[in-house]
This record gives sequence, structure tokens and C-alpha cells, in this order.
Amino acid sequence: MTDTRYDRAPGDGFTPANMEEGPETGVLVYTVGLLLAVILTAISFWVANTSLLWTPGVSLGLTALAIAQMGVHLVFFLHVTTGPNNTNNVMALAFGVLIVVLVVAGSLLIMADLNESMIPAELMNLHMQH
Amino acid sequence: MNVNVALEEDVRQGARTIASEAGPAPKRIVVGYGFWIFLLSDIVMFAALFAAYAVLAHATAGGPSGAQLFNQVSVAIETACLLASSYTCGLMSLAIGSQRRLRTYVAAVFTFVLGAAFLTLELREFAGMIAAGAPPQRSAFLSAFFTLVGCHGLHVTVGLIWLVVMMLQIAVKGFRPTVERRLLCFSLFWHALDIIWVWLFTVVYLMGVQS
Amino acid sequence: MTLLGKLSWSAIPFDQPIVMGATAMMVLVIVFVLGWVTLKGYWPYLWKEWITSVDHKRIGVMYIILALIMLLRGFSDAIMMRAQQAVAAGGAQGYLPPEHFDQIFSAHGTIMIFFMAMPFVIGLMNFVVPLQLGVRDMAFPTLNSVALGLTASGILLTNISLAVGEFAKTGWVAYPPLSELQFSPGVGVDYYLWALQISGVGTLMTGINFVTTILKTRAPGMSYMRMPVFCWTALASNLLIVAAFPVLTATFAMLLLDRYLGFHFFTTDGQGNAMMYVNLFWVWGHPEVYILILPAFGVFSEVVSTFSGKPLFGYRSMVAATMVICVLSFIVWLHHFFTMGASANVNGFFGVMTMIIAVPTGVKVFNWLFTMYGGRIRFTVPILWSLGFMVTFVIGGMTGVLMAVPPADFQVHNSLFLVAHFHNVIIGGVVFGVLAGYNYWFPKAFGFKLDERWGVASFWCWLIGFYLAFMPLYVLGLMGMTRRMQHYDVVSWQPWLLAAAAGVVVILAGIACQVIQLVVSIRDRENLRVSADPWNARTLEWTTASPPPPWNFAVLPQVAEIDAYWEKKQRAPDHQTSPVQEREYAAIEVPKNSAAGFSTAFFAVISGFALIWHIWWMAGIGVLGIFLTMLVFAFREEEEIEVPAEQIAAFDRAHPAEVVV
Repeated sequence: MTDTRYDRAPGDGFTPANMEEGPETGVLVYTVGLLLAVILTAISFWVANTSLLWTPGVSLGLTALAIAQMGVHLVFFLHVTTGPNNTNNVMALAFGVLIVVLVVAGSLLIMADLNESMIPAELMNLHMQH
Repeated sequence: MNVNVALEEDVRQGARTIASEAGPAPKRIVVGYGFWIFLLSDIVMFAALFAAYAVLAHATAGGPSGAQLFNQVSVAIETACLLASSYTCGLMSLAIGSQRRLRTYVAAVFTFVLGAAFLTLELREFAGMIAAGAPPQRSAFLSAFFTLVGCHGLHVTVGLIWLVVMMLQIAVKGFRPTVERRLLCFSLFWHALDIIWVWLFTVVYLMGVQS
Repeated sequence: MTLLGKLSWSAIPFDQPIVMGATAMMVLVIVFVLGWVTLKGYWPYLWKEWITSVDHKRIGVMYIILALIMLLRGFSDAIMMRAQQAVAAGGAQGYLPPEHFDQIFSAHGTIMIFFMAMPFVIGLMNFVVPLQLGVRDMAFPTLNSVALGLTASGILLTNISLAVGEFAKTGWVAYPPLSELQFSPGVGVDYYLWALQISGVGTLMTGINFVTTILKTRAPGMSYMRMPVFCWTALASNLLIVAAFPVLTATFAMLLLDRYLGFHFFTTDGQGNAMMYVNLFWVWGHPEVYILILPAFGVFSEVVSTFSGKPLFGYRSMVAATMVICVLSFIVWLHHFFTMGASANVNGFFGVMTMIIAVPTGVKVFNWLFTMYGGRIRFTVPILWSLGFMVTFVIGGMTGVLMAVPPADFQVHNSLFLVAHFHNVIIGGVVFGVLAGYNYWFPKAFGFKLDERWGVASFWCWLIGFYLAFMPLYVLGLMGMTRRMQHYDVVSWQPWLLAAAAGVVVILAGIACQVIQLVVSIRDRENLRVSADPWNARTLEWTTASPPPPWNFAVLPQVAEIDAYWEKKQRAPDHQTSPVQEREYAAIEVPKNSAAGFSTAFFAVISGFALIWHIWWMAGIGVLGIFLTMLVFAFREEEEIEVPAEQIAAFDRAHPAEVVV
């Protein structure tokens, strides 16, 4: 199990095999992650409620903060980093993210386009013709 | 002399260097990776529900909208609970790594309680909305909201049940490799749920109160 | 609510003679088989060696058995449809009323895609991939068994719908609002949704299993670029399963919520959006067809190189083409609904992407052709299927590229031209591929070859029958005939439909030849016995005994190049018997059998049936049963059985390999 030629399991930062430092480092990593996540969450709530920002930019800002917080979770809690024995895990994640982006963005674009071509609700007769 | 044996010696020397040529990986890596792939599939499922929500976010059919229904204080507390439970889950992983039973149980209890608090608040929110005339049957927007957030809540519920079973497994079987692998999977699951919640509270609640 | 929900005696269609006849036949066959097994005392053997087995080879065989049975069921639907359309011209109504005809074409599509093609492809991959990778089993053997069980549950539920209740009348895609409760108040759509949700979970498990196995467990020395092409196509196909099936799960869940709890995702009221179902369904639906075809492409790569006696031409470009298809298959899905109101720009984008995806497929076809060029082709049954595929699939692909042009598609969408196209590529591609794989790997699985002459006969019947049955449909589509018509007024269409019906009869002859082939081969199996390598093949599965032992390889092979077995054969002196006495045998741990698959399947059927008929207490028992099954499995003491070194040594000595890898 100490074969460093193998990849690392996702989520494995601190198994006995990988522990170069003591468990105190582990607590530190999780604590730093928690603090960063709390800060990012607080900023998100502030951004959503403040009138100081340009309104169309709020959604963009919230998205950026969510991406950042996702990154914090991945690195500090899930230990998915870009190290050489993590490549498979990162590739899988990248594939998943690609699919998610395609599905969500693709669906939104297509549905918006389709809705454009719909007859306005006032003119549409939805009752079944018997 | 056996030509085949000689060839194999050379091959064995070279194969030591690269992970992709080292032969079947140890079970912990195999199990962890398999669960990682499952999590990605779960995230794709949430993506489909997110897409449906985003498309239907304004389909209120004359009924209440998100801005009218969502309570940000409640959401903030839920977020705090889930984030904290992710932290205690991390501490639990450390305890498991050093095979310390008491610390594992304590961290698990905190994780469970925080997760249960999250669920309680969420259920109260749902009940409140239904009582206020905003059940999922009212409009497409509400159907999508209840399904997306409810699906996440269902995953949290399954996670809590799983956590209880895992504590029973530690009690009965101790820190065997099988049990440790399953606990690795649990912690992956729990952290992933928190990541999904980040997107949920951002897209549904925070963006929802903008309109 | 009564104790049995919506279920009552009126659920059995006593007033429909055709359905009752089919049900009676089905029940008779089941009773006969179960009775014969009981009388012969085979239950202990079946339970121990097959039903509770977690061995990928056994599971693969069981998947294929399911697929072959469902091929018969789906094909009988096809015969009924062709017969109906052959006679229902002008004022004639034929013998199938619309309500029945609608169920038949819906069941035909659902069964052929989900319960014939998918299990066949998954079964082949299950049997072959671990052997080709040089490992002992899949990454998650018990999960494999559970996946098989859930697929069987879906099949059982679909077949129960014949006898109890009805099936969906919406077509195999079940678009709302037709599939909503308001317009489909019966249980048909519920049977469809629950059967597919349950088997969909199983398929997702399979996807996870294969991706992990291929990426994390391979023989020492087998880097990615030394894997057989079949394993690459299996990887791409299973990545697509992992990426696409969750979307189907979510979509069906939303439709189920609409139907069961009155939600408004896709309803006409409450501001639901039915088009979103169409969009999300095809987000899954397009990758699905690539899930089916990629392993078939893999089969052809193996078969063509083996029977040409040459390495596969352009290995790297094959791998690249496979992975490009994998990614591109996720950005073409709108071509399934060009006519549904998207703007020209959107239609144009997806049209172009659809045409682009033909390019890597073309690369593959050229690679197969160049592999054969300059080789010494042995015209065995698998190669015949491959040659038939190459011509047929290319024609089908070209009609696909034709329809990729949105203005052209506006003319032929949902006509018989479309029906002809997708049968062209699915039969010419997937069915020919799995039948080639079936003939190719049968000797490895069972230790004897399939009869050659009946195999050749079945191929020619299928090939001629396919063209006779489906080329007229292209013509009919261009003449304006819509799909799914129970009767029609344009009498000039009838001659073409008669020709198509004749074609189906020829295909029936092909299937009959395959049944005879199997019976004859089993009867004559002593004469057809083979050793490890009957085809003089190239990859690692042919180094094991036929059939392989549970542990596959006594010693894991060390791999140094592509087509590792072939290279070792070339270097070894002729007819060298392995120096078996010099090998060191160690005990091997083999995963323990488990009833978890069977138990999960059993409770899944109970849950599904209960949910369909609104028997809530029974559904609760079903779900609880699945949970308890998981608990029992989680707390079991022993996970593996140790096979002693002496047993492995004895087996190895009894089955000496010609060349040791």
C-alpha cells in the first residue's frame, strides 16, 4: 500500500500511507478550508443583498464565488489536487464538469430559443378539441 | 532457457515506474475511484434537475415567486449547519486514519446532528411553503424547486442513515480495510453533498431573491 | 384506497384474444422451463453456479441469454406490425385495433433498445473486457450481479404488462403531454417508467464498474496504448453511460412526479414545458445510440484483425476516433427534434455538429478496410457479419448525414425514412456487431464452436431480409408515409409494405437458423470442441482455457506491447508446450458468491409492480427489502474464498497453453 507508483484514491489525503506529517496538519487543512468556505459564503450573501453592486453583475459575481467555494471544497476537503498521482481523479472531474456545462448551458440556450418561437399565451387556445 | 521468462524479467523491471503499467491498483484506490465516478454521475443527475429549474424558474403560473417565499436567514443557518458537518466529517476521516474509535464516534455524532439540523430546517421550510399556499402542485416553478432542493435533502437523509450504519459497522467489525474503504466513500459523499448545496443556495436562493 | 390500489381482475385483458394468446404462450414457456429445471433437479446447481455467481463470465452469459430471449419478444412485435401494415390499406382496418397497435410499437422500441441491445452489448463487454485486460474479474463483482438483477427486474415488469394491465401507447420515447396523466390515465406509461428507472440504475452501476475496471485494473505492463481496441470502445461506451443515464433518471423522475404527485414539469397547465422533456430525453437519447454502437465497433476491430491475420491498421487513430466520438456525441442531440421550433441558427449548429461526428466514424471504417487489405481473410461467420456491417452501416450513416441537414430533415422527420435510417444503423451496426461477437467468443465461453453452416445461413437470411424489409421504407418515407400508422388511405403504399413484410419473414428465417445453430451445436458439441485459441487470435483472452477457470489467469500476464498474445506466439518456437512445471503457483482469492443480486432484483420487482398499481404498503416492503439486502451484504463476514495453489496448478496442467504469456 506504500507504492507511490500508484495513483491516489480521491478523498485520500491523510491515510497512514500518505501521512508524511502528523495529524495536526490534517486538522489545519480542514480548518483553513472551513474558514475560506465561511468567508466565501458570507460574501455571497452580502453580494446578493447589497445595492452597492451593478445589478446584472450580481449573478456573475455569485457564480464566481460558487466556483471558488467549490474549489475550496475540492482542494481542502476532498484533497483533489493537480499532483501527478491525482491525474485520473482530476480527469474524471473535468469530464463530469464538461457534461454538466453542456447539459445545463445547452438546455438553457435551446429552451430559450424554443420559447422564442412559442405563440404568446394570450393567443394560445389550450383547450382540447373533442 | 525459456525465452518467455527472460522477456518477462525485463518487462517487470520497466513496469515499476508508471502507474498505468503497474498492474491492478490496490483495493482502496479502486473503490475510491469507483465511488468518485458514481458521484460524478450523481452530479450529472443534479445538473439535469438544475437545468429544469433554471428553465422553469419564472413559470410561477400566477402563484408566488422565489423572492416572495425564500427566507434567507433560514438558508444561512442551513448552510452553516451543512458546512460545519462537512468539517466534522473531515475530522472524522482523520480519526479513522489514526484508528481512534472514540474520536471517530464523537465526530460522527456531531456530523449527524448538524446534518439532521439541516434537514429539520429544510422540512420546516417546505411545510411552511405548503401551508402558505405554495405547494409543488401550484406551478412549474414550485415543482422544480421542491424537486431540486428535495432531491438534495433526500441524499442528505440517505447519508445520515448510512452514517448510522457505518458507526454500527465500526462497533461490530472494527477498523477493517472494508470498513475503512466504506468510510472513505461516505466522506466523499458527504463533501460532495456540500458542494451541491453551494450551487443550490447560490442559484436557487441567492439568485432567486434577485427578481 | 383499497388494499390492492388500482389492481383488480379487470386488469387482465380477457376481452383481447391476441393479448390473451400471447400471454398464454409466455406463461406456458415459463412454466415449462421452470418445471423442467425442477424435475431435473437443477436448482442447486443454478443457484450456486449462476444466480448467485459474481463471476463476470457467468454474468456476461446471463446478460446475453436475456438479450436473446427479448430479441424474440421484440421481433414478434415487429412481425405483428409488418403484418398489420401489409393489410390495412384503403378502408381495411387490419387485425390490430389502434390501442393495441400503439402498445406494440411502443413495446417494440423499448424492448429492442433497453432489453435486447443494451444487455447484449453489456454481456459481451462483461465477458470479454476483464479477460482482455489480463485481470481476474471486474472491479466490483457483486455490484455487477446486482446490475444484472435490476436489468432482469425491468424485463420482468415489462413482460408482466402484457398479462396484467397494459403497456405505454406513447411510443418508446413517451413525450408529454401524451404521457401525462391527463392523456394517459392507465398504467401503461407507469410500467414503462418504472421498468426503465429500475433497469437504468443497473445500467449506471455497470458503467461505473467498467470505467473503474478499465482505468484502474489492468495486467502489469498494459498501459493505455497497449489495451485492445475493444477495451477502448468499452471505456468510451461506459463513460457515456455514466454521463448520460443520470439525465434519463432525472427526466423520468420528473415525469413520474407529474403523474403521481400532480407536479407541473411538463403539463399543459401550471406553466409546465413539455419541450423540456423532449430536450432532456434526447440529451440522454443521443449518447445512448453511441453507447450501443461503440462496443459493436470494438467487436469489428477484434474480428477484422484476427481473421485478416494482420494487426489492426491505425491503432492510434482508432483510439482517437473512439474518444472523439465519445465527446462529440454530447453535442448533437437537437437533431432529434429539428422540426420542433428552434431557430435556424440553433438548428444549423447542431446540423453541422451531426455531420462532423460522421468523420471519426469514417476514420474507423477506413481503418477496418486497410486492415483487411493485404491480409489473408478467413471467411468465418464473424467476418461475414463484419462485411455485412460495413456495407449496411455506411448506407445507414449516409442517410443519417442526409437528415443532418435541417431543411432535408423537415421533409422526412418522423416518416418511414427516419425509421429506415435508424434500423439501418442499429441492425446493420449493433445487431450485426453483437451477432459477430456472439459467434466469435462463444467457443471461449463454452468450449465448443457454433455450427458454421447454420451460422452462414443465418447471416445471409438476416442480410437479405434486412434489405428487403427496410429499403422499401426509405421509398415510403420519401413518398410521404408517416411512422406508427395503424392504417392508411394511400393504396399505392401497399406494395412496398408487402415487400417489407416479406423481408421480415426472411429475417425470421435467419433467427430460426440461429436457434437451430445453437441446438445443433450443443448436440454436436463433442465434435466442435476447441482448445484455448480456436481462431489463431491476437489478444489475451485466447491464452486462457475454453471456458476459462473462475480465476481467469493462474499467473497475471506481463504485457509489453499491443496484441501481446500474438507477439508471444510469433516469438515462441513452433508447437512448444509450456514448461508448466516451472511456474510458481500461489493461492488466489476469488470473490465469494452473493445472493444480493437476486434479492435486490426480487424486491425491485415487488416495488415496481406496487408503485405501478398504487399499492403503497407493498412498495414500502419492496424498498425495505432492498435496504435489508444491502445491510446483510454489508455485515457479511467473509468476502472472498481462497482457491488453493494445488487446485490452480492441477487446472493449469490439465489445460496446457501453447504459449505462456
